[in-house]
Amino acid sequence: MTFVVAEQKDGALNRASWEAVAAAATLGSPVTVVVVGSGPSPATKELSAADVTEVISLEHEALGVYTPDAYVQALAGLIAAESPALVVFTHTYQARDFVPRLAARLDRALVTDCTGVKAGAPHVFTRQMFQGKVAADVTLEGPAPHLATFQIGAFRADAAKKASQLANVRSVAAAVDPDAVRQRPEAPFREAKQAVDLSQAERIVAVGRGIKSQEHIALARQLAEALGAELAASRPICDSGWLPMERQIGSSGQTVAPKLYLALGISGAIQHVVGMKGARTIVAINKDPDAPIFEIADYGITADLFEVVPALIAALKE
Amino acid sequence: MKIAVCVKQVVTREWQVRINDAKTWVRDQDATWELNEPDAFALEEGLRLREQHGGDVVVVSAGPARVTQVLREALARGADRAIHAAGDHLASADGFATADALATALADEKPDLVLTGLQSDDQGLAQVGVVLAEKLGIPHSTIIMEITVQSGSAPGLRVKRELEGGWFQWMAMPLPALLTIQSGINQLRYATLKGIMAAKKKEIRSVAVTPPEKPRQTIRSVYVPEKAKATRRISGSPAEAAKTLVAALRDEARVIS
Repeated sequence: MTFVVAEQKDGALNRASWEAVAAAATLGSPVTVVVVGSGPSPATKELSAADVTEVISLEHEALGVYTPDAYVQALAGLIAAESPALVVFTHTYQARDFVPRLAARLDRALVTDCTGVKAGAPHVFTRQMFQGKVAADVTLEGPAPHLATFQIGAFRADAAKKASQLANVRSVAAAVDPDAVRQRPEAPFREAKQAVDLSQAERIVAVGRGIKSQEHIALARQLAEALGAELAASRPICDSGWLPMERQIGSSGQTVAPKLYLALGISGAIQHVVGMKGARTIVAINKDPDAPIFEIADYGITADLFEVVPALIAALKE
Repeated sequence: MKIAVCVKQVVTREWQVRINDAKTWVRDQDATWELNEPDAFALEEGLRLREQHGGDVVVVSAGPARVTQVLREALARGADRAIHAAGDHLASADGFATADALATALADEKPDLVLTGLQSDDQGLAQVGVVLAEKLGIPHSTIIMEITVQSGSAPGLRVKRELEGGWFQWMAMPLPALLTIQSGINQLRYATLKGIMAAKKKEIRSVAVTPPEKPRQTIRSVYVPEKAKATRRISGSPAEAAKTLVAALRDEARVIS
């Protein structure tokens, strides 16, 4: 039996949970989906359409708002009672926050941020290392259950099969001691309204560490103007204040899918790639021929961007 | 306040990764090493908290003998003393073995606050901090942007967590606690000459760590990933490459007019 732990907030399902369902389905065992919350929710109902054995609604009033302590208690109890062979998650910020602690509480092996899995005995998980420059096949050791998280986008949400009949939803009362929950969460908020909606841009020029200093942003801006593109950046550029945070692409910024994405001096760390790999045509200009950005690029130029970009601006104006 | 900061030594970003003959790890005998960048932000946050609230910053690293380099670097930036959780098995250990080693090193320290980076630039597991919190029996929170400390009879933290898609959330918890720090939240200080000289006199205590009986994770093979896409590599002089690319974007990809 494979468990998939889905993610919901205020009853709304995180779309990335369907990816975990799709990942689990490739492993050949019956799949049970677990939704953690204060009671049945629209998320539970939505997931019952999946081609799975059943949906467990793991319920306690202390699970209404996410805290790692309450989630770990509730899921450790359920997993110990039901003994699945494998428990699958999507590698979201929330999963990063509690899954390692859950594995430690259960004293069971965990592999994180996987990009694929080959079913077998044992299952062989694929994950990236060294900033995406190499991949590794890893196996988990020790007694079941094992835990695995899959990178966002590693599986397609629409690959998760639907069944003709809704799966049974089983409510399970979670064992949570509210006094043992030490985190006291406040309501989530947004810092500022996003002024630029980069998701609507047809063309984007994005800059990374390779731009080297703030004064060179002007060069990227000239290229963006010549292409009729919006200017965006990877996280380090926005952290340095060279471009506003609202122009950040990646897991902590915006997700975009333009017709053209031109990456200047961007190495292609996964935190950036998850935000732009849906682009139709990707161009990478980078000095490092081994930069992971070339893995997903349609066109690649290995060169100094400070030489190529002025030439590009000139060529576009011809 | 006693603050422990866990740091890892990783190969430099510039080092060209080469795979070892057994294809189980990288050939890092000739690598250059540096402080894992996400951990540098945790160290900086620890130093700032000490400046605000007083106390000590103890920096801890798990690994073979070479990791004393990053401990010395952290001492030069201003940490008060260092602990080396020493074991050759820690060079490519899984997150549980690393967390075990750090917990062993911290066993007698009883820090009020433990800080780690978000994840490492080598394995990138994003497990160690959270597993360590469980082993130490203290609450944790991850991807932290801002920390406020409440002292007094019930010492605690109020921290700003980053959620996905531009959302944030404040979370309160009692001390002692462990936090993993979001990269980029502060401006890093670098070691001054004075700091480097002072670091030579600071203590690095070594704690021997025995390998776990059985690892939790085995790396079966390491390889260069297969390309998901056929990339057309454009060569030539900058002017030639630029012309070729513009033509391709106009006529082949049809994404510019």
